[in-house]
Amino acid sequence: MKPEFKIISDFIEKNTRVLDVGCGDGTLMEFLQNNKEIDIRGIEISKDNSQKCVGKGLTVIEGDAEKDLTQFPDGSFDFVILSQTLQAFLNPETVIQELLRIGKKAIVTVPNFGFWKVRLHLLLKGTMPITKNLPDEWYNTPNLHMCTIKDFYNFCHDRKIKLDKSLALHNEKISSINELNLNIKNLSAELGIFLIER
Amino acid sequence: MNEKVNIKSLIIDKPLKLDCGQTINNFPLAYETYGSLNKKKDNAILIFHALTGDQFVSGKNPLTKKDGWWSYAVGSGKAIDTDKYFVICANVIGGCLGSLGPSNTNPVTNKIYGTAFPIITINDMVNAQYNLLDFFKIKKLFAVMGGSMGGMQVLQFVSNFPDKAKVAIPIACTASHSAQNIAFNELGRQSIMADANWASGDYSNQNKNPNKGLSVARMAAHITYLSKNGLQEKFGRKLQERDDLKFSFDADFQIESYLRHQGSAFVDRFDANSYLYITRAMDYFDLTKEHNGNLSRAFANTKTKFLVISFTSDWLYPTSENKEIVIALNAIGADVAFVEIESDKGHDSFLLDVPEFLNTLKDYLNNSYSKNLI
Repeated sequence: MKPEFKIISDFIEKNTRVLDVGCGDGTLMEFLQNNKEIDIRGIEISKDNSQKCVGKGLTVIEGDAEKDLTQFPDGSFDFVILSQTLQAFLNPETVIQELLRIGKKAIVTVPNFGFWKVRLHLLLKGTMPITKNLPDEWYNTPNLHMCTIKDFYNFCHDRKIKLDKSLALHNEKISSINELNLNIKNLSAELGIFLIER
Repeated sequence: MNEKVNIKSLIIDKPLKLDCGQTINNFPLAYETYGSLNKKKDNAILIFHALTGDQFVSGKNPLTKKDGWWSYAVGSGKAIDTDKYFVICANVIGGCLGSLGPSNTNPVTNKIYGTAFPIITINDMVNAQYNLLDFFKIKKLFAVMGGSMGGMQVLQFVSNFPDKAKVAIPIACTASHSAQNIAFNELGRQSIMADANWASGDYSNQNKNPNKGLSVARMAAHITYLSKNGLQEKFGRKLQERDDLKFSFDADFQIESYLRHQGSAFVDRFDANSYLYITRAMDYFDLTKEHNGNLSRAFANTKTKFLVISFTSDWLYPTSENKEIVIALNAIGADVAFVEIESDKGHDSFLLDVPEFLNTLKDYLNNSYSKNLI
């Protein structure tokens, strides 16, 4: 299992209601369902992936998180997960607000555009970075709003969003992010994982 | 049409009070089953048929000698696997294949009911079919499912009996019949009534048959089951067994010939008054209004797991109307999954060989069933 999923799983408490936004083919949902006693739902934009999820018997609705989260009442989930999807939205700020409206807490993971390899790629090659986490070319990437760990950290800070937990992930190594090491983590981590609440 | 075929039927001795106020007693409910009920009685699936369907879901229909209406989905090894599940389907009341309907004899007058038959609703249909659970001694169905009017019955069933099905699969349907759909149904009814042989509904007693009217009703309805692209692709402007236009009103185009065939084949198997009654039941269906404008209330406290399915080219029961059901269920935290299947086959997609639909349905059922066993 991806270390990212393991961390997400550790954030989630027993007997809770969870929504996975952009649940893909349902890998994380299945993992959580098998390892945690939780009631988990998903929403996924791709037809192919939605059908895969439903075929697995998972409770997934095909839909666009930017439009379709409105149908969930305030605080209807204990945790809302957004795994490496924030950067693909037209309006990430609205999506974060929606996550915090329908979820008591949200788990957001962001591929870090501040990672040193990404920076070096642009610096030395002068072309848009392509890495393991960012495999697409500039012209066909679904990622509209890339950000760095520091960007997201500051974003939460500016909007008075509470950062319950901030973790940096690099080569399966997990470390915590704080005010003091923010610049270092922003350079050394591939992925940021945040547990946030209003 | 009254040719004798082997039809299984229950006589329901429990009086059923209809929404119109009348009560029916000792009435027949015709049904068919496929596969076998296991010892735990936890593998039963109740399928509800659509407007012109019947209880013969799969195999050969003994009346038409054609494949059952859902043969693509139901059968050994198919999406609804009869090696695994016990499938039950009943003819709706108001229908014409063995269940009490307008072509039955009214015991009071000893004449065929015709339009003296009481108006029935989707709710009445569902309440009548609920008797099947008692008959088979099934405490809880594994699943209820159906497309179009069958989907409406699924919604009504779960609303009436929130703890009687583990899984509910309404397909290509709506919780509230739209103005456009009422309009199309009215067109069909007026076509039947405009046929002089309809004789105010008394045609059977007068040895007449409003075949022309019923046939035109079917032709008009059939167009609504397809999509513009589907029609264009299948027929285009292709001519019917001729090289050029005939400058007449013959069926020059293949689409005309196809529709005429659909119309004339239909009258051999369907009763005109049943068509009036069943379309009326669909028009009256409004689960939202029944719950004071809040569809969520129809499903309050339900433990049933829902899968709602729509099709991209279905303009009769479009995705937006299917999504209303999903939204109402999500608003109360019910367990609901939803997929919209890509297909150019229109509303009829649910009856046809649409692999993405059938595969999703199959996997969902099998996974939900095995998870329930643990």
